[in-house]
Amino acid sequence: MESLPELLRARPVPRPGRWVSAAVVLVLAAMAVNALVTNPAFRWDTVWLYLRDVIVVRGVMWTLVLTFGSMAIAVVLAILLAVMRRGDNPVMKSVAWFYIWFFRGTPIYTQLVFWGLISVLYPRLSLGVPFGPEFFVFTTRDVITAFWAALLGLALNEAAYLAEIVRAGLSSVDPGQAEAARALGMKDGKILRRVVLPQAMRVIVPPTGNETISMLKTTSLVIAVPFTLELTYATSAIGSRTYQPIPLLVVAALWYLLITSLLMVGQHFLERHYGRGFDGGRTGRRAGRAPGAGPGGRGRLSRQQAIGAAGTTKDDPFLEVTP
Amino acid sequence: MTASVAREEHVGPDGTMVRVRDLHKVFGRGHDAVHVLKGVDLDVARGSVTVVLGPSGSGKSTLLRCVNELEEITAGDIRVGGERMGYRTDAKGVVHRLHPRVVARQRSRIGMVFQRFHLFGHMTALQNVMEAPVQVRGLSKRAARTRAVELLDRVGLADRVDHYPAQLSGGQQQRVAIARALAMDPELMLFDEPTSALDPELVGEVLAVMQDLAASGMTMIVVTHEIGFAREVADHVVFMDDGVIVEEGAPADVLDHPAEPRLQEFLAHVL
Repeated sequence: MESLPELLRARPVPRPGRWVSAAVVLVLAAMAVNALVTNPAFRWDTVWLYLRDVIVVRGVMWTLVLTFGSMAIAVVLAILLAVMRRGDNPVMKSVAWFYIWFFRGTPIYTQLVFWGLISVLYPRLSLGVPFGPEFFVFTTRDVITAFWAALLGLALNEAAYLAEIVRAGLSSVDPGQAEAARALGMKDGKILRRVVLPQAMRVIVPPTGNETISMLKTTSLVIAVPFTLELTYATSAIGSRTYQPIPLLVVAALWYLLITSLLMVGQHFLERHYGRGFDGGRTGRRAGRAPGAGPGGRGRLSRQQAIGAAGTTKDDPFLEVTP
Repeated sequence: MTASVAREEHVGPDGTMVRVRDLHKVFGRGHDAVHVLKGVDLDVARGSVTVVLGPSGSGKSTLLRCVNELEEITAGDIRVGGERMGYRTDAKGVVHRLHPRVVARQRSRIGMVFQRFHLFGHMTALQNVMEAPVQVRGLSKRAARTRAVELLDRVGLADRVDHYPAQLSGGQQQRVAIARALAMDPELMLFDEPTSALDPELVGEVLAVMQDLAASGMTMIVVTHEIGFAREVADHVVFMDDGVIVEEGAPADVLDHPAEPRLQEFLAHVL
């Protein structure tokens, strides 16, 4: 760095309010922690014991399977719904609209109860020509077990919410991107997969992370089906059996917190991956080793990185800074 | 009616790369309809550079976008390399829209450069240039990479291959965009105001690349406000106003001895 003139060493404006408010909040936080740790009713020894209980850990596994399974199905369905809504086929558009309207408009609990009752409503399922002959017939109870009913119930409901997130993401991509791809001779499906969706992910990932964390907790509703192996039911069953409901609630809460923390780490890396090429060049592995200096563009990269890292400028991909 | 007239003309082998006949484009319907192109005829010889001038709203960009089928034409006939773009007429005289797959193939032979670059933001310069050859033409990644590096070197960006668009200046982005279009080995290059979004001091580097390209024998249609470029590089200058071509000819004639008062007025403003 070239020599700077004498630095500005200005005294900051005194802000006593900051110190006072920080002190008040710290005291309140200490009181809360104290209330948690010192109250014997929490029975921390019991919490620690059941945290590693076989049934509880199995409950965690089932909760994870339900969360990731339903989210995976929901993401695929949501992309399909979002593309249907954006297309020019009026039948597709209306069906997608109706789906979203219906599944967002009824409570998830009701939907789960309904899925649990499906074998009563439709005792047999068949494969065949619509309104025509049947080739294969199944007993509903055999095909849609409590687990599948829970998984489908969660996934179909979630797809409606995710569809709107995906639609917002697709709309956030500059139409010029699709146009440039079209001008190169790319077909619609490829334009979506290669150009639009990867850039939409930057907008889609944060709210989807939110939805995943929300889904983790929503899985506790599958008792409506009823499906009884996941974390909340497993812990509350133990709690009732041992007459210690509070420690077991804490066990469940700690597990949910741990999984949520891991999900947040995952989300951070996903956001970094899909943010590559944006965010002022701070992200992406390639950018890191790209040479910043060269003829005509002396130090442009590092300069832009420094300006971007300061966080005081607007994030504009068209930002023009002449070297 | 106009289509049948155009069909009788045999185009292509005589050295015409682009032939536009009685092209009309109407945006919208009913009361909101805007008649943007009102019967444009244009011939572009193979290997020539045609510069299209005109005030904003005269239909220059729309003309370019119609040639590339980014806009569906309302009436008329466009042929590139003798092939009718977007439509075919069967033996009974019924006009059919071509299948999107065919339209995509037609577009892949025409390179297009946009005012706002439209580089794929999530890909590096190299990936931008490799994308279409790999995804559209099915070229191997290795071959596409070699070619992309060559092209980026040709536009003077050999040291910028791993940069993302957001890390490049406007002029550099536009040069990557030119390399990206060239990667498909187009027979025709369309430039839609390629320097209008650039800082004044970055315009020269893009025009220099375009001038090189013209010297290499590429057929080009360039919509621009750069009169200097038109004078130096163009073989043919077209002046459009209000959806029609008002005057056209050799740059020296059109730019120095304009016949039409509307062109005289335009030149007085931009020069």
